[in-house]
Amino acid sequence: MKLVFDRPRALADVQTHYCPGCTHGIIHRLVAEAIDELEVADRTIGVASVGCSALNTKYFNLDYQEAAHGRAPAVATGIKRALPDSVVYTYQGDGDLASIGTAEIVHAANRGEAITVIYVNNAIYGMTGGQMAPTTMPGQKTSTSPYGRDVELVGYPIRMAELLSTLVAPQYIVRVAVNSPANIRKAKRAIKKAFEIQVNNNGFALVEVLSTCPTNWGLSPEKALEWLEENMIPYYPLGEYKVPEEVE
Amino acid sequence: MSEKLLMKGNEALAEAALKAGCQLYFAYPITPQSEIPEYLARRMPELGRVFLQAESEISAINMVFGAAGAGARVMTSSSSPGISLKQEGISYIAGAELPCVIVNMSRGGPGLGGIQPAQSDYFQATKGGGHGDYRLIVLAPSSVQEIVDLTILAFDLADKYRNPVMIMGDGLLGQMMEPVSFPDRSDVELPEKPWATTGYKGDRPRNVIKSLELLPERLEAHNLKLQEKYADIAATQKRSEEYLTDDAEIILVAYGTVARICRSAIDMARKKGIKAGLFRPITLWPFPDKTLASLADKERVFLTVEMSCGQMVEDVKLAIECRRPVYFFSRVGGIVPSPEEVLAEIEKRVAGRCNA
Repeated sequence: MKLVFDRPRALADVQTHYCPGCTHGIIHRLVAEAIDELEVADRTIGVASVGCSALNTKYFNLDYQEAAHGRAPAVATGIKRALPDSVVYTYQGDGDLASIGTAEIVHAANRGEAITVIYVNNAIYGMTGGQMAPTTMPGQKTSTSPYGRDVELVGYPIRMAELLSTLVAPQYIVRVAVNSPANIRKAKRAIKKAFEIQVNNNGFALVEVLSTCPTNWGLSPEKALEWLEENMIPYYPLGEYKVPEEVE
Repeated sequence: MSEKLLMKGNEALAEAALKAGCQLYFAYPITPQSEIPEYLARRMPELGRVFLQAESEISAINMVFGAAGAGARVMTSSSSPGISLKQEGISYIAGAELPCVIVNMSRGGPGLGGIQPAQSDYFQATKGGGHGDYRLIVLAPSSVQEIVDLTILAFDLADKYRNPVMIMGDGLLGQMMEPVSFPDRSDVELPEKPWATTGYKGDRPRNVIKSLELLPERLEAHNLKLQEKYADIAATQKRSEEYLTDDAEIILVAYGTVARICRSAIDMARKKGIKAGLFRPITLWPFPDKTLASLADKERVFLTVEMSCGQMVEDVKLAIECRRPVYFFSRVGGIVPSPEEVLAEIEKRVAGRCNA
């Protein structure tokens, strides 16, 4: 019998701690598939961040480093500068990248650091139990915005893909979602391209992935996918924000 | 040894780091250490090595984390307020057992403080600084030549123990010029680092650099392993120097810049017939307590002199276990004590003893 579907080699054969319906598992798989297809696993170093993704040091068959909260782009910079032939990626959530780690991501992008950033935006702090993130939607209720996010008090959700695309150095900045089979296929292409930019073009690439957190959103996995479609995508439009001319 | 060169402390430190095989240096400007990044910004590209100015001290120390985890010899430097910002990263580096060198050319605090020399970061350097149970090896040079020697030692100790090493200087040591020579290190082979994240090729277990451990039993075991390492360092790496202690009726205890001033004061005291001596810790952690304790076997008094409001004096008292009087004298806020001031203090304590 012909094997038509298998676990990517870069993905470890272990159970994850992610909640039922969480889309981290899908994104992990897409990252592992891209690494397999580019045949760079033996020179890839992943950098985990703080949040639900802190434990992804266990989920990939790769050498891995774990960074302090928000500091993954700086840690990745250190690795890449020490080992210029390596392939280095960070995997960060929205609390990590868009709140505490804004300085690190802006300056790694601004230097055009040759790393790939997988930025998972689920509009909430997941690991700590559902607090408001800088990406939380207006009016969205969380444990630290129990009356809904009040934009008069705390401002509007931050659009990192748009913000970073104003910089000169980054080569590829894109926003995708993993809420439907069609969008997952597009996300796969974007993630693979973000690694190709690093491997072939020595450039900085960031993929913002709109993701769900059914547990902390208080929704079933299916309803969470609908909520993402109806609430997040209109505010966080999908698409490529910055593309290198020669790869276009 | 090479020919003698006349160099500033900060520049000698930078050159010594290159001699020790430092491949990457992550910078952020702050007075009074900016000659270190300025020197390395010129020299490292010439040598094909990496100089990178980070966006903050926080990022610089996390770049150190990444590069150290990738197996490279790496350094960062700063001064007191910047070292405070690095503390998070230092705790993670200690937890993940990564070798690196961190330089503190310290200045007066608290807060933004001033830019003149101080020793008020002793507690921060030797008692923790960041969160969790960890130790840095802390080396305190007192001359430009010793800056060179201890910088090279710092890289070797960091690799040997997989532990961050801090070089603790101050603005005066960093700025002053003295003749120095550099050892020839061209034949020195750097240790292998099979634990480094260089890419998993299947010929060894995956390498993971981390400090996260959610199971309490495993985290306790990790802490106990760290403590064993610290005990090993404490047993073998205590360093100190003595000057005229054999017959001394009063022994001054001082490190770094202040130890030099104390030496001058001791020479002045000796000319006046006062038997004064100096005990100079070279490692601030591990503190050379046993050697100091042995000096307390004879009847004499001790005078700790610091540019802090009283930090190392606690370790001096702990070492001596209250068997002899331990006095304290200091100037702070960036004021360097003069030999005359220290001499006056020596005379006061010796006279007080005769009167007692």
